[in-house]
Formats: sequence, structure tokens, C-alpha cells
Amino acid sequence: MTEMLLEVENLKKYFNVGKHSLKAVDNVSFSVRRGETLGLVGESGSGKSTLGRTIVGLNEATGGKMVFEGRDVSTLSKKEKRKYNRIVQMIFQDPHASLNPRMKVGDIIAEGMDAHKLASGKERMHRIFSLLERVGLQGDHAKRYPHEFSGGQRQRIGIARALAVEPKFIVADEPISALDVSIQAQVINLMEDLQREMGLTFLFIAHDLGMVKHISDRIGVMYLGSFMELADSGDLFSEPLHPYTQALLSAIPAPTVSREKQERIILKGDPPSPISPPSGCRFRTRCPHAMEVCAAAVPEWKEIRPQHWTACHLY
Amino acid sequence: MAQLLEVDQLKVSFRSHGGEVQAVRGVSFNIGHGEVLAVVGESGCGKSVTAQAIMKLLPKRGCRIKQGSIHFDGKDLLKLSGKEMKQIKGSQISMVFQDPMTSLNPTMKIGIQIAEGIIKHKGLNKTQAKARALELLKLAGIPNPESRYNQYPHELSGGMRQRVLIAIALACDPKLLIADEPTTALDVTIQAQILDLMKDLQHKFGTSIMLITHDLGVVAEMAQNVIVMYAGIVVESGTVADILERPKHPYTMGLLNSLPNYEEGEKERLIPIEGSPPDLYDPPKGCPFAARCEFAMEICVGELPEPFAVNDGHHSRCWLNDPRAPKVTEFAAAGRDES
Amino acid sequence: MLEKASHDSLFRPLEKGRLKKEEIRRPGVSQAKESFRRVLKNKLAVTGAIILLLILFFAIFGPRMVPYSYSDQSLASGNLSPDGKHWFGTDDLGRDMWARTWYGARISLTIGVAAALIDLVVGLLVGGISGYMAGRGKLGDRIDNGLMRIVEILYSIPYLLVVILLLVVMKPGLWTIVIALSITGWVSMARVVRGQILQIKQQEFVAAAQKLGTPHGAIILKHLFPNMLGIIIVNLTFTIPNAIFAEAFLSFIGLGVQAPIASWGTMANDALGVILSGQWWRLFFPGFMISLTMFAFNVFGDGLQDALDPHQAKD
Repeated sequence: MTEMLLEVENLKKYFNVGKHSLKAVDNVSFSVRRGETLGLVGESGSGKSTLGRTIVGLNEATGGKMVFEGRDVSTLSKKEKRKYNRIVQMIFQDPHASLNPRMKVGDIIAEGMDAHKLASGKERMHRIFSLLERVGLQGDHAKRYPHEFSGGQRQRIGIARALAVEPKFIVADEPISALDVSIQAQVINLMEDLQREMGLTFLFIAHDLGMVKHISDRIGVMYLGSFMELADSGDLFSEPLHPYTQALLSAIPAPTVSREKQERIILKGDPPSPISPPSGCRFRTRCPHAMEVCAAAVPEWKEIRPQHWTACHLY
Repeated sequence: MAQLLEVDQLKVSFRSHGGEVQAVRGVSFNIGHGEVLAVVGESGCGKSVTAQAIMKLLPKRGCRIKQGSIHFDGKDLLKLSGKEMKQIKGSQISMVFQDPMTSLNPTMKIGIQIAEGIIKHKGLNKTQAKARALELLKLAGIPNPESRYNQYPHELSGGMRQRVLIAIALACDPKLLIADEPTTALDVTIQAQILDLMKDLQHKFGTSIMLITHDLGVVAEMAQNVIVMYAGIVVESGTVADILERPKHPYTMGLLNSLPNYEEGEKERLIPIEGSPPDLYDPPKGCPFAARCEFAMEICVGELPEPFAVNDGHHSRCWLNDPRAPKVTEFAAAGRDES
Repeated sequence: MLEKASHDSLFRPLEKGRLKKEEIRRPGVSQAKESFRRVLKNKLAVTGAIILLLILFFAIFGPRMVPYSYSDQSLASGNLSPDGKHWFGTDDLGRDMWARTWYGARISLTIGVAAALIDLVVGLLVGGISGYMAGRGKLGDRIDNGLMRIVEILYSIPYLLVVILLLVVMKPGLWTIVIALSITGWVSMARVVRGQILQIKQQEFVAAAQKLGTPHGAIILKHLFPNMLGIIIVNLTFTIPNAIFAEAFLSFIGLGVQAPIASWGTMANDALGVILSGQWWRLFFPGFMISLTMFAFNVFGDGLQDALDPHQAKD
């Protein structure tokens, strides 16, 4: 069996909203294998971004455990924690907001190198140049400011910035959703190349199922803070078990006219507020197969088939 | 048959420091009665500016329509006075935007926002307008219209707001609905609901729709005809089948190629369009796509062709369609020799 | 067909790399330079700046242009209207109004700038700490809350009350006024700074910096400060004239600088008794200078605000 890079157990992240607590991530367990890409899909409010930010340490977990390379992250010493923070990196969603408009691109890329004192002087310059070229830009772009670049170019600058600190694991939080279609493929290809060359592991968060399927080895589906299903990406697409996954897959409009269009499952209504999620199964208020038991009991997270997990009373 | 909307050689420029950004550089297209035309393109290709020009919503400062005409139902919109245009905007052309929150008044109940337009443009009294507004909310698929009528925009979800916007747009039975990325800000399952609703209403009322989108899936779902825009010009136009199944412009082909294949068994590498769109501050003299095009020829650098008619109604603005150009397959062969 | 032969070479495939794919055609400019250029384009802002420079010039050199000092009395030449010798006339004690007006400008500008600088330093410190600590655990929130309560309390005390209390314990004079104005004045700067920091902190580039291990000091200096510099400068262009006006007002009601020191406020106060006897110049020059300075600062500030407005910066 492949070695696990990250194991997440019963992870919780609650936010206080006035007097209520918003359970953005509630009791989530999964693991990420070394060298794989785990896709994470869900709609807005599903908690997928919060989960990503909690894993990289930008949010403090409310409860649960994260084990990285066999070590519980909460028990790391200060020095080890700093190392964890370096080798676990993040690529952000908004290529406009994620680069400081007042800094030159070269300094942006070197920020992590400076913080961890990885390189200075000529060596620093050299690394900035080679990183820029690695992500398909030109060395002399280092002297320019972010606003002079297009969205796709900026996203590649963000990738170069993460690579500069020699990470092992990268959480990519919707890295392509703000980009144009023709540019998305550039970024996806770049990420795939980097993964192969540097042995990176990705947690790829997105709402675009097509791209997630393309880049991911396995895919997890989240709804209102919990996992609904987790499987190999081929299995998930060919045989989705959970009714939510089924609806999600059928909702993607395909860019073709001739193909026989499958019957679309259109869900009724909007997702409920995560402040007061439904009792039992969270999806039951929109589920076409909802039964009485769904309101009464939270469905168990089970391995229905080998490597194919879901939480649904139908199984 | 006379067209409902005829846009001819439209050119729009923005003043920016050190020069002019030529956002729309000679765009022509028609929309027939009851037709759904999709305008496809990436950010900055000029598709939203074109829509804003039709609706006369272009910013007053630094923005100029340099050339062209926009005929709606026989009238040239560019020559109408502000008052006449207001009349048309209220009753004959409506618009739905990407971000429903910014186009709704946050301090006004949604029911009142719908009823207001009805009173103004249809001359109904208050009770009649309210009845009509409730009817529209129901048509737009909003459950419990009576209680929703008295809610404020912030109390609604994104999908619900978009439904309200559609209800407002339909309030005066418009002949043309311009929808600018109406589902881009929404989640997939909600997008499916809204597309369903728009199709439904289009069938019911025969409204013409100009659908601006970057999502080819949405195009396949909704449109009969498509124009593809790139760097301020229309590079290809045709029926939805022409564009999606038999594209004749390398940009369109590139767009389709760069999508992941949903049906694939084995993982294939994506084929992106390399590079970025040109800066319209100083657009290239020839074909704007040449720098990113794998089929670029000498002539593409110097000269932009007029649209070639591939067949009836299918046009491509690419030199490849010239009889003198080599076949696409010959490029592939040449490329293999090189590497 | 003839044409075909002559044109065929044009249909040769282009060799690879002849056209640059990632070319940036616009000249590179930093946002600071771009903002500066925009200020220069704004006619009102430039007018304001020129007036301010002129006032500054005369404040420095004006008194030296005439052979009288601001305090030289000459009862023989009292109450003279403006003429070739006394350009702005004289007052009842025969003091030269030109010298007094520009000497007054020194006092007014000194008070304005000094009060604004103290506001800036204290406001930056308090607002900065408050904004940066907010949302950083229980302790951080407590610090933020505590500082903001102090700010609110000070905000609710009218500055006139503070001035009167201070005058009881301190001698009336230039620095008393500066201190009196600063004691309550910094709170608005602190609020602006805190608001700005809270807003910038939400931006993804700050999260990215945290993730890359950038130390707190560097985050503040490289990310937070440069991005609120514009707003701070704009705020300064409004606090300086406010302080100038406050001084004029205090001097006018007799709480300001004491004779023989001249300020625009005391000069206007002195003129009150004689304005009805036709000595218009006694009130006109100090009054006009106050108005002109207010006007210049305000249009300059407005122009700056327009130029630094991020919404306009996008086009």
C-alpha cells in the first residue's frame, strides 16, 4: 500500500457567528497518499476551502487530529512546526488578491525564501529567474508589478511563490476558477508537470468537476461541512453512489450537441444554512431519495466497495 | 425575415493612460425573433462591452463608440435620445447581470422592485402591479411568492436573487433579454436550475436572448447560434453545431481542445492554448490570435482576413479557410518534422 | 490564378517562436508612479498643491521681504491702509500686516503639521496594534476591544473642553494648542488605520505571506503599510487643515497663542473692533489666508483621493 502523507481524523472547524456556531468543517476524516492528487469538490458553503485552510494551518482546528508523515501536527516542536508550515504550501483562488500590488514580482516570489533564509544575493536572483522560467514566464518579469500581468500569468506567479520554499504538499484552493477556459488548461498542465518532476502531492479544491476529474486520482465530495463520498476519480464518475454526487455530475452542462443527453437531476431549493444544518443526513432536504431514517440518524461513513466511501442510508 | 437586433461594425474604445484601449473593434451580428444567440469569449474579448453598448450602459467618462450602428426593431439605438432609450430599456430590452446583488437595490423589498417597473412602463395601478409581480415571482420558480414579496435582497440566496432579477427582466414582456454571464456566480446545481428556468421561459414567451458566457457547456444547453469573440472581433459565427462540432477557427478549436474530456477512460494531457490574449492597448496589425495559433502563417502577421463563409451561416475569420492555405493536417506533419 | 503565385509565400507556416506569446506591451509602471501621474493630471489637485507651495514659500521668506518685524510697533504709522510701504497695511499699534500675516502663516502651519504628525504617529500605533491583534485569539481580541473603548471615550469628549482644562494647568501658547488638539485628534486616524488593516488583512496576499513564514514585522512593513499609505496621506491632507482651523478658532476666541505672537486667528480677533470703522484689511488678510489654506488643502486632498482610489486604478 502507498504511504500516507497526511491523515486527517475527525477534523472540526467551527466559527462563532454571533451566538451561534457555524460548523464549517464537521467531523471530517480522510487521508492523502504521497504523490497523489486528491480532488475536493463541493458548492459554496460546503466547507472545502475552510478545510484546506485548516490543513495548511491558516485556521486553527476546533477539534480532531492531523497526522503528517506519521507525526501528529499538534505535537510538533516550534522548529518542526515551522518546517511543516514551509513544506505544506498553498495556491490561492484569486490571482488578483493573492499578490501584493505594491511589491515587484521578484520580491513576491522570493518572499518565502527570505522568510526561511533559503537564499540571498546572486543565488536568490538566480532562483527567482529559474522559477519564473519554470512556470512559463520570463526572467525580466521579476522587475514588473502584478497589475501588469493577466490572470493566468498571475496564477503562475503564485505557483512559483509556493514552489520557492520547496514544498512537499500543496493545497490548491480553486486555483483555476477565476481563469479563462483557455488559460485553465495551461495551469493544470503546469501543475501536473510539477507534480511529476518534484514528486509533489496536491489537495485540489474546486467546484469545476471536469477539471477535478482530469487532475485527480481520487475525489472527495463535500456538502455542508461533511464528506458525502470519496472514491477513485474514475469510479466516482462512472458509478456515483451518493444522490448528491449523482445530481452534481448530471448538472454539468456538456459542450456537445450530438451526444444523447442524459436525464438531468435538478435539485430543488438551495443548500440550507450551515449555522443550522438539517438533522440526520445534511443533504436530506434536497435529496430525491430522502427517507424517514435520513432525518433521524446521521448516516455512517462506510466503505461500500473497495476504496469507495460514502455516507448515505441507501447503502 | 427582418432581424430583431442588427449590430453592424461596432467599434468601442476606452481612454486609458498613454493611449486608447480598443475594446470592440468592428463587431457585427444579428439576432432574430425568438432566437437565442450565445456570445462566447474570454474576459477582455469585448463581449460585455458590446452588450453595454446595446444597452447604452457604457461609462460616460473616457469611453466612446467610434463607429457602427445598432438597429433594434428597425430603430438605430445609437441615434435615440436618452428618453427614448429609457422607454425601450424599460419595455423592450431587459438585462440580467452576473452579480445579482449589485443590480438589486438593497434597501427595497424585492416585490416592490418588480412592481415599480410594471407601474412605470405598463401603466398598471398598484394592486394590479402587485398581482403581476407575484405572478412573475411564481413564474421565476420562487416558492412562497407572497412571503418572498416582502423580503429584502440580502435575505435571499444567490440563486434566488438571480430568479428575482429574471422576474424583473421579464416584467414588461421584453422582446430581447441580454443575459451577461447569468450563471457564472452560481453553483453547478443552482446553475442547472436557472438554465432550466431560462429555457422554459424562452419557450413560453418566445423572447430573444443574447446570452453572454464563457462556458461552452452552457452554450450547448441554451443557444441556437453562436458568435465567438477574441480580442474585440468576431472570429467565428455559426449554429451551435457548427461551432461545437465543426469549428473552423483555431481559437474555437483551441477552446474546445482545452476542455477536459468527460468521457475519457485514460487520463490524457490537456491541450491548452499557449500564451495570453493580446493587450488591446496596442492590438497586433494582423490576426490577434496569430501569436498563440499553431497554424499561424506569414500572412496572419500582416493582415486580418474578412470572414470566410464556410457554408451558409457559418463564418470564420481565418486565413486557413483560404483556398491557398495548406491543410490543417500539413501543419501537424510539419510540426512533427521539426521536433 | 495569377495572384495565387505571387501570394503563395504568404501562406507559409510561421516558424516557431517568431511571435512572443507572453509579451507585455505596456511600459512597466509602479502603482505609486501611476498615482502620481494621475494627481498631476487632476487640475484642481495641482492648483491646490501650487497654492500650498506658495503659502509655504511666503511663510518662510515673506517676513524677510519687508524691513519690519511682526512685533515692531510704531504708533506714528498706525492704522495705515495697504500702500507701497506697508503692502497689507498696519494695525492699530503700527505693526506691519504683511510681516504679521506671513509670520502667522508659520505659526498656523507649524501647529497644523505638528498636530497632524502627532495624530499620525499615535493613530498608526494604536490603530495598527488594534487592527493587527483583532481576531488573533482571545488575548488579541481583548487588546483590540480595550484600545477601541479608549478611542470611543476620547472621541466623545469635545476638544474645546480638553483645551480649557489644559489651559488651566498649562500656559496658553503654541504647544499647549498642539497638545490639546492631539489628545483627541489621533482617534480618527486610529480608526482609519484599524479599518484599513482589518480590510487588508482579509486579502489573500496576507494569508500567503503568513503561509510562507513571513515574520509579523515584515508583514506589517511590506504588506499592510504600503497598501494603506495612500489612505493615510489623504487623511493627513484633511487633518492638517482641520488643526489649522482649530487653532484659528481657538485664537479667535482668545484661547490661542498670546501677544505679541501673531496667528491668523489672533489677527482676526484683533480686527473685530475696527472692522466697522472701515479698516477692511485688518480682517481681510488673515481671513482670506485661512480660507485659501482650507481650500487648497481640501482640493489637493480630494485630488489625491481620486488618484489613489483603487476602483479607478483598475482601468
